[in-house]
Amino acid sequence: MKTKSLEELIAEAAFFKDLDPSYRQMLAGCGTNVVYKPGEFIFREGDESRQFYLIRTGSVALEINLPGKGAMIIQTLNEGEVLGWSCLIPPYRKHFDGRSVKQTRAIAFDGACIGKKCEEDAKLGYEFFRRFAGIMAQRLSATRLQLLDVYAKP
Amino acid sequence: MAPDPFYVRRLKPETDDTFTLALQPADGPSKFNFEPGQFNMVYVFGVGEIPISISGDPGDSKLLFHTTREVGLVTRAMRQLKPNDLVGLRGPFGTFWPVEDAEGKDVVIVAGGIGLAPLRPALYRILSRRDRYGRVVLLYGTRTPADILYRHELEQWRSRFDLEVYATVDRAMSGWRGNVGVVTTLIPRAPFDPRNTVAYVCGPEVMMRFTTQELQKRGVNKDAIFISMERNMKCAVGFCGRCQFGPTFVCKDGPVFRFDKVEDWLMKWEI
Repeated sequence: MKTKSLEELIAEAAFFKDLDPSYRQMLAGCGTNVVYKPGEFIFREGDESRQFYLIRTGSVALEINLPGKGAMIIQTLNEGEVLGWSCLIPPYRKHFDGRSVKQTRAIAFDGACIGKKCEEDAKLGYEFFRRFAGIMAQRLSATRLQLLDVYAKP
Repeated sequence: MAPDPFYVRRLKPETDDTFTLALQPADGPSKFNFEPGQFNMVYVFGVGEIPISISGDPGDSKLLFHTTREVGLVTRAMRQLKPNDLVGLRGPFGTFWPVEDAEGKDVVIVAGGIGLAPLRPALYRILSRRDRYGRVVLLYGTRTPADILYRHELEQWRSRFDLEVYATVDRAMSGWRGNVGVVTTLIPRAPFDPRNTVAYVCGPEVMMRFTTQELQKRGVNKDAIFISMERNMKCAVGFCGRCQFGPTFVCKDGPVFRFDKVEDWLMKWEI
């Protein structure tokens, strides 16, 4: 079976849909394939944020530790979703723990590498951050709905 | 309008604050027909009468199931009922999920919290005629893993090859291996063809508003989305006006409405 190149994997991802092929090649240069075992931490809260991930298979739980209660999962991210945008936004620190729930395969993108390419090419920067803005808006809306606690006892 | 007497045969706790009552007509094993999504007025004698959706299999006429949440005087009293106690019952009332009209199409059922109860009969009906439908997808969201309704049955449904079941909770402690996030986040990755899909949605009103938006974003037509509304009811036959919702009465014209017929009223906060 032929192993797919990073560029091919990027081309298949909804996040990069309709992105100019030359940009896909540039992005592939900033990415590496990574695999995490079930239960393995991908990053911890407070870590320097150097990478973001495109989940290829598996799922990742974003957790926050509550003193005296343990870790609470605030969101699960699945196949095709993007994890960890803090590497693109100062102060470049992880806000949550990211733990692999099942065996997870992902592409890890170097934030500094992508950031540099976006600085050098404003069109790529716009395309890239436009996609991130869409995801942020979607997650903000979902978080607000979550905060409403709609299933609580009236 | 007079209630018929029904025996309580079983009372099954589902979660901390929800339970299912199994009822049988007191005048013998007579048949009780209903359509998925309809409700009955259940009367706890000496306490009061409330509307509860029928949550059992429309193909099983021996026992009549109602799942409800302990939230007020009547449901608290209901939870104390024992086998062979009598309750009064009027019904079935209201409109129903148009499962026959969905034949040949994909069906997406989106349930939030106890909103799974009125949708369960629709799923039973569809599964009993499974070959008549395309993909069948159940998306279920609730508060925490402990609040998952019909847990055992969900696990059984999940193991079927002809049904896609995705469950999510709004919050969970570490160790939960399922999904965390609101039910609307399941819609973009659920496997169905939006151009040939009928969607049934039931849950808290806010959840239904967000869900219908997400379904439309995915490409499902407004006239292919059905929601089940809830309002305080008294008579259940459109006389008293207690459950008026815009120009309609939820008891008589609902509870199941085609989304495009009530969309405007859903966005009027005074209604």
